[in-house]
Amino acid sequence: MKTIKLSLHFPANHVTKPLTYDLVKKFDLQINILHADIQLNKTGKLILDITGTEWNIESGLKYIEDQGIKYKLFTKSIIWQEDSCVHCGACTAVCPSGALQMDKMDWSLTFDKEKCMVCELCVKACPLNVMCVTI
Amino acid sequence: MESRDTGAYPLILYRGRDGWMGYKSFDEINEKIKGGKAVVVTAEEIIGIVEEKGVKQAAKEVDVVTTATFGPMCSSGAFINFGHSDPPIRMGKVWLNDVPAYAGVAAVDAYIGATEPSETRGLEYGGAHVIEDLIAGKDIKLYAESYGTDCYPRKEISTCINKNNVNQAYMFNPRNAYQNYAAATNSSDKILYTYMGTLLPQCGNVTYSTAGELSPLLNDPEYRTIGIGTRVFIGGTQGYVAWQGTQHNPGQARGENGVPLAAAGTLALIGDLKQMDTRFIRAAVYEKYGVSLFVGVGIPIPILDEEMLMKTTIKNSEIFTKIFDYSVQSRTRPVLRSVSYEELRSGSIELNGKTVPTAPLSSLKKAREIAELLKKQVGNGEFLISQPVESLPAANKVNPLDVREGS
Ligand code: SF4
Ligand code: SF4
Repeated sequence: MKTIKLSLHFPANHVTKPLTYDLVKKFDLQINILHADIQLNKTGKLILDITGTEWNIESGLKYIEDQGIKYKLFTKSIIWQEDSCVHCGACTAVCPSGALQMDKMDWSLTFDKEKCMVCELCVKACPLNVMCVTI
Repeated sequence: MESRDTGAYPLILYRGRDGWMGYKSFDEINEKIKGGKAVVVTAEEIIGIVEEKGVKQAAKEVDVVTTATFGPMCSSGAFINFGHSDPPIRMGKVWLNDVPAYAGVAAVDAYIGATEPSETRGLEYGGAHVIEDLIAGKDIKLYAESYGTDCYPRKEISTCINKNNVNQAYMFNPRNAYQNYAAATNSSDKILYTYMGTLLPQCGNVTYSTAGELSPLLNDPEYRTIGIGTRVFIGGTQGYVAWQGTQHNPGQARGENGVPLAAAGTLALIGDLKQMDTRFIRAAVYEKYGVSLFVGVGIPIPILDEEMLMKTTIKNSEIFTKIFDYSVQSRTRPVLRSVSYEELRSGSIELNGKTVPTAPLSSLKKAREIAELLKKQVGNGEFLISQPVESLPAANKVNPLDVREGS
């Protein structure tokens, strides 16, 4: 079993529901939608985590392509250098996925890597250079 | 009734039918602090204590309430005296790690301002980084030029300094610890990079910068105990309020509780940079805006009487600020709405019928760390309170700068 993260770019008028449904049903994949940005009659963008066996993931990706949908695998990831973080919260202002949030009890920053879609907005927004990208 | 002379203030204790109603002097509180007997709590803790015990009892028991803040404060910097070289130089222009410092004072004095960018690395390194590196004990490259005089013949010097080999290095911050501050949003279609952080288009977020109910001047809104000469925690050491801060604006509109409804009072602070700690002073860079400095400030408030205690029980739900539209490039930006810090802290607010996420820019976690540390230091007698030698102005107005025809 492995997990990959990818973004899907839908052409106009494409229906998204059956695609994720098919991936689950036909290829026995677990799908976790991290971010959806779909506007009616316009192109849409979906960011997913897909978990399954190597073979099923390969077949699933091929299936996505066959449907005329472009995908991009995430190869980079974001690293939070917690030791130098001052927990100011400036990065949470820009995080579109909710991966970066303030803990409402002790007001420390929390980073949920799973939810991160590697948009890199936090890298620039952090005044202390605490968030960085790795390849 | 008994009356004693305790120096500056006569101490009068009333023992009425309903118990103690008196006034504790600064000196009396300090005696308790010196004896390790003072009862000290933070400005967050006092809220619950008063709810539980009532004002009378709490005012009797609690001696000091600690307040703190840790946020970006651009109006900060440090004076350094480098000592004289042989042959000596009257430094006219000074660079520290390629960051220009102001040298238009005596021969080997200079002021390094936090926001000054490096001439070789641009906005990625600036005066704030020089200050942080100095505090960390690192060597800093000093380059200075001069036109040479009969008494100071040298025209150029290039060497290294650090906090141990300079004479004085003290932080002197013209404006710190703002009493309340604006919240920011952006109604335009473009992303904006500001000192209030990254503001997303179409009011995609709201940022705010305050420690709220823990913030020093919000707990002493009328500057009764915080004034010139007040001993403060700054950057990890003990410093002082030197003066009113620049743009000090006590005349700001206030709520019924006396708390300003937008940016109001400010403090000019001074403290020994050599004794500071990088846990409480950090250089910051705001994307496409520039360099700033996170400064940790803490101020103990003596509970002189019930009235002072009441001021320190201020809650986030009772402190309001205004949300300004930073996309309007004018001195007078439109106000979109007024909002309480309780709402801002909740993580989202309503703005023009839309739910908008909110984000802080100053660290409440660090502010709490400072308030706790200060509580410990006052509690064990290390940190004494001080009576202001002069009060901060309680009324003045901030002048704008208008462009006029030159003479
Ligand atoms: S902006 Fe940087 S320093 Fe501030 S909480 Fe986020 S990661 Fe930490
Ligand atoms: S890269 Fe940063 S801002 Fe973007 S989703 Fe990940 S954590 Fe959030």
